[in-house]
Amino acid sequence: MITKRIIPCLDVRDGRVVKGVNFENLADVSSPVELAKFYSDNGADELVFYDITASAEGRALFTDILRETAKSVFIPLTVGGGINTTDDFDRVLKCGADKVSVNSGAIRNPNLIYEAAKLYGNQCVVISADVARVDGKYRVFAKGGREATDLEAVEWIKRCVDLGAGEVVLNSIDTDGVKGGFDIEMLDAVSNAVNVPVIASGGAGKISDFITLFNTLPRVDAGLAASIFHFGEVKISDLKAEMARAGIPTRI
Amino acid sequence: MVAIVDYGVGNLFSLKASFGEIGADVTVTSDAEVIKSASHILLPGVGAFSDAAKKLYDSGLWDAVKDEVNRGKPILGICLGMQLLFEKSFEYGEHEGLGLIKGEIRPISEVIPKDLKIPHIGWNALSITRPCDIFKNIKSGDCVYFVHSYYAKTDDAVVATAEYGAALTAAVARGNIYGCQFHPEKSGKTGLAILSAFCETEGI
Repeated sequence: MITKRIIPCLDVRDGRVVKGVNFENLADVSSPVELAKFYSDNGADELVFYDITASAEGRALFTDILRETAKSVFIPLTVGGGINTTDDFDRVLKCGADKVSVNSGAIRNPNLIYEAAKLYGNQCVVISADVARVDGKYRVFAKGGREATDLEAVEWIKRCVDLGAGEVVLNSIDTDGVKGGFDIEMLDAVSNAVNVPVIASGGAGKISDFITLFNTLPRVDAGLAASIFHFGEVKISDLKAEMARAGIPTRI
Repeated sequence: MVAIVDYGVGNLFSLKASFGEIGADVTVTSDAEVIKSASHILLPGVGAFSDAAKKLYDSGLWDAVKDEVNRGKPILGICLGMQLLFEKSFEYGEHEGLGLIKGEIRPISEVIPKDLKIPHIGWNALSITRPCDIFKNIKSGDCVYFVHSYYAKTDDAVVATAEYGAALTAAVARGNIYGCQFHPEKSGKTGLAILSAFCETEGI
């Protein structure tokens, strides 16, 4: 049986890991290479690197860091941030990424998903969506959650999967950084609408939030979090031991 | 020296790095002479079967790989590289493989319940069904990382399966020929232990 995945997410800017609360107030946490190796050695099932750099220098630094990381980390590595063209896919795949996640780039040009899936396979293309409730509807946001779009989230994600996305990261802006648990309601709506793996993001504050997630929503495949892992509030080994005790399929 | 066959499919970065990590002498090559001088052959592969088979053929390495394996040199096929070892595949049509192992590549949708997601993606436990040299440092229940929509339907070469609504072929072996459906280079310590064990095989 496929195990439920635990995925630490590293937001990288100018070569360092940062994590914002509700996407603001970024605070430097650690070196991406060291942190990635630490997680890989301590039970993480996969890693996500988001490049939140704005400058070309920062982007070059990011690919260097990615290459360094991929040399010493032997679990799947997903890269996102600033992916707008298939050339961007090529750039990060050559540096050791296994999957590439698209967000704003796909909102601007949904065909990017189709083109990339055709070139690299569906399994390589991850649609990452930042979603918040607006007037009782799930609305997709672009540019790291700063810009509202007209897109309804469930319809958008279904369309992305139809275009060839092989996996979905659903990040709830409403629960992100609050540490009050995952957005079960939103995840329920999305995970029932698609037949590809769904990764829950936004809101994890403690071990029981993951247990609740997997017990309540069997169609959710993975839980992603950042600061609670980076600051040691939740140890992945403790989390996985608790998951195993709760009867959730887990890689120990 | 382990020769990773570079025939223009997929990303060989992690594979090369993983052999580096276990201290193996490794070369990425598209040169038949290098494959001849290697002690072990690693056949990678991602994407569609027919495309990969065509690229391997067009690269001029099809016969080189086959000849070396028929001489007894150890080969490990990974993911689509494992599937290429078989006689044929039914992925988008019917396509011929290297024919080094009896059996064929079929869609997993034929054997798993409809409610399960395809591809079979993520970490799954290995169930070792027959002792095999490349598993000497691991055990049944250890998890490895899978990404695939097709599986090897074969009677005589299965050495490990993974449970996903059906016992899917996870690894095969026959003589000096080994294949993993999963990605050892992405399977943490378990995967590296499998690659180390492969490097220690001596062929026939």
